[in-house]
Amino acid sequence: MADLSINCAGIKSPNPFWVASGPPANTACQAHRAFEAGWGGVVWKTIGDPIVNVSSRYSALNLGQARMVGFNNIELISDRSPETNFKEIAEVKKRWPHHAVIASLMVDTRENWHDFVKRSEDAGADGIELNFGCPHGMCERGMGSAVGQNPKVAETIVGWVMEVAKIPVLTKLTPNITDVTFAARAAKRAKSDGISLINTINSITQVNLDNLVPEPFVAGLSTHGGYCGPAVKPIALNMVQSCAADPEVQLPISGIGGISNWRDAAEFIALGATSVQVCTAIMHYGFRIVEDMAEGLSDYLDSKGMKSVNELIGKAVPTLQKWETLDLHYKRLASIDYDKCIGCNLCYIACEDGAHQAIALVSPNGHGLGPGRVPGKPIPEIKEHECVGCNLCSLVCPVDNCITMVSVDTKRPKMSWSDYQAKVSRGEMQPIPPHP
Amino acid sequence: MPISPRLGPEAAAANMADYKPRYTPQEALIEANRCLFCFDAPCIQACPTGIDIPSFIKKIANGNPTGAARTILTANVLGASCARVCPTQVLCEGACVVLDREGDPVKIGRLQRYATDYVAEKRISILKSSTSKSGKRVAIIGGGPAGLGCAAELAQRGHSPIVFEKKPQAGGLNTYGIAYYKMAPQVSLDEVEMIKSLGVEFRCGIEVGKDVSISKLDKEFDAIFVGIGLSGSPKLGIPGEDLPEVLDALHFIEQIHSQALHTVPVGSRVAVIGGGNTAIDAATQARRLGAHQVVIVYRRTREDMSAYEFEQELAKVDGVQFLFNVVPLEVLSPDAGHVTNLVMARASSTNGKVEVLPGTEFAQPFDMVIKAIGEQKQATLLKKLFPKLELDKRGVVVRNADTGQTNLPKVFAGGDCANGGREVVNAVAEGKKAARGIHAMFVGQKVSGPVQASRLGVKGAPPIGSGFDKPIRVPELEEEYFARKKK
Repeated sequence: MADLSINCAGIKSPNPFWVASGPPANTACQAHRAFEAGWGGVVWKTIGDPIVNVSSRYSALNLGQARMVGFNNIELISDRSPETNFKEIAEVKKRWPHHAVIASLMVDTRENWHDFVKRSEDAGADGIELNFGCPHGMCERGMGSAVGQNPKVAETIVGWVMEVAKIPVLTKLTPNITDVTFAARAAKRAKSDGISLINTINSITQVNLDNLVPEPFVAGLSTHGGYCGPAVKPIALNMVQSCAADPEVQLPISGIGGISNWRDAAEFIALGATSVQVCTAIMHYGFRIVEDMAEGLSDYLDSKGMKSVNELIGKAVPTLQKWETLDLHYKRLASIDYDKCIGCNLCYIACEDGAHQAIALVSPNGHGLGPGRVPGKPIPEIKEHECVGCNLCSLVCPVDNCITMVSVDTKRPKMSWSDYQAKVSRGEMQPIPPHP
Repeated sequence: MPISPRLGPEAAAANMADYKPRYTPQEALIEANRCLFCFDAPCIQACPTGIDIPSFIKKIANGNPTGAARTILTANVLGASCARVCPTQVLCEGACVVLDREGDPVKIGRLQRYATDYVAEKRISILKSSTSKSGKRVAIIGGGPAGLGCAAELAQRGHSPIVFEKKPQAGGLNTYGIAYYKMAPQVSLDEVEMIKSLGVEFRCGIEVGKDVSISKLDKEFDAIFVGIGLSGSPKLGIPGEDLPEVLDALHFIEQIHSQALHTVPVGSRVAVIGGGNTAIDAATQARRLGAHQVVIVYRRTREDMSAYEFEQELAKVDGVQFLFNVVPLEVLSPDAGHVTNLVMARASSTNGKVEVLPGTEFAQPFDMVIKAIGEQKQATLLKKLFPKLELDKRGVVVRNADTGQTNLPKVFAGGDCANGGREVVNAVAEGKKAARGIHAMFVGQKVSGPVQASRLGVKGAPPIGSGFDKPIRVPELEEEYFARKKK
């Protein structure tokens, strides 16, 4: 059993799994249940001046049989009073001294920030998360993403917090920005102890075509909601890695965005996150999902011979580089296993209409007797001289390991775009002729 | 004519091959993703061992088959064999909510097999014997599912169980009595090996009461678990019953499990007498071993058959014929002491009472007769072993349902000898419960908590394992519900 305990920017927790600031982290009773189920930390639903919410509040993107692949909400920060929230944080900390409780805060003036930071500390919180990310409602009042989208303002506010904070501070970043590293650097300049990202993405999940009002529906109108759930994972991974790789940031990261199982968590950690936060998957299935997350991650670390989850942090960060460093001489070709082919020929049409016309349909002479194939039905064949190794056919193929991408030894040394440019300018080689 | 084997090795092996082969990883993934991951899932309630089924399926879906196997095996040490032999249609899969939604349940049994096969093949050991030893010794009489369930749990709790098994191999009916195409005996023997690795000692070929006395066990052990199952079929009480081609169904199935498939003698025309699941198992296997004609002879109607409907369907697909409302009267043997015909008569059955209709006798040619008319209770043996043990009217051991404890404080019981004859999964659950009862007695505490508690800490969750002895559906409630809906 690998050691799952972590220390994220000075916040210690028995495992890297934290309940993200949101509806599942609204009350002490939920926090108790989360810890009982096995979560390592809870980031409290953002505390600020109590707000008033609308009804309804959530909407989702379903894909085929899969529900809530994407999810959005127009709910605001906590609708409970700061007194209640801080009192409950104190209660939870008393019962769970070794678990992490992080107070998420969102207020306006310097005095209020000072006041809320102190009250969080008095309540016994292990850390503070600054909500600079909410893309709906609060930003119209100059808070949330309105702060996160302006690095100067963010820097100022982090500065206010750091003037008084004695416990670790994580600055939560919004993805609704062109380059998230600018915001991360602002947090760094203002001496934030760490960053957490991503908050939700501006979105409209669907329009009801009967009444032509998008969801969620509020008395004939709707508004932009914050998008999250499994569908946002690739965007979040990209932003987490960008911050982890940025030499000017170099801050501990709490990764957020579409994490639903141990694999997602392991990917975030490999790309630089120390802790991971989960909300939508809990809203879908409950706190119990952490059992598989902890068990799966631990089994995975064991299988890799890693004694601690800390060994995984950032392991995949250096393998993501600029395009110009990639090897132009590396070559992959698609290869079809005809014993597995079921004869849908989706690979053919995808390549023919959607990519590089490198698959032919040919007579099945000799092979093509995979399961379910009608005798005589044409089979796909890779035109190796045309195949650029793009992966598309292997991505559309519905059968595991039927189309694999095989590395081909081109017998040519590595040459990146930068090498190529330098060689051409030095006259060492002719420019590569354009594809016909 | 004496009967002889009918098929060559390849044909016999092909006919007896796994009727539900293991899922490929992709098949498992697709099936696992059909599961809704219900919270208080009815499938858990329907499983006598209370496996947290949605959790293990979710783990398969998330690419964590080891974790899935952990969830299964911590609840049910015989998870691999139960995956194959459980009548899932009337247990977990019968309770699956997806059945209500789509008319087709999540294939829980096959997914369970996928996960348990994964760790068995990769030799990943899931269960561990306790590092601290109590020094308490428990004699387990009978190495079938109940005994194995009890022994495995005791070993994990630091006690030292020793299993006494009459047969040369442990596993009981799992090793000797399951239709071969459902499970090959090796699966059961692998489970025995796994339980051995937990520190359980097996003494096979030892018959308690004959090779070792109860008084010796009583002296040398701190507790005794009785899991001796049932005994063979009762007599039909008809002439010709003792002919060599008249076999007990379990004896026939045992032959299939203890010798090469192509060496098992089978008749050309086989009559199977009985209407239970064992009759089906015997009939289908006789067909698969090359019998030209197999007829199930049952004295009541189709509706009265105790064989599950899906089992009856399986037999029909195999080409087994049925004679209903027919009673066997005599096995004829004019041919030098070998079976040639079965004389039968039509019968009426009203309220379970069977009456032969006079003048309806007829004979049909058969060269083999298999008796599958149920197993007898072990009352005689139990009384011989434990003269003071309390039995009920049926000859079944009376025990506390939660602890397995009998009226003799040191003696615990479970499995068929204590429930009258149920599924493998019931036996293993009862064995485990008895182990908890024995452990509680050793440490002087009360048994508490459910059999399986995978969802630790989810307060308000229904007690896992509470499906024990409870029906899946409650028809009265459903009637009430629909009546209310109509209004």
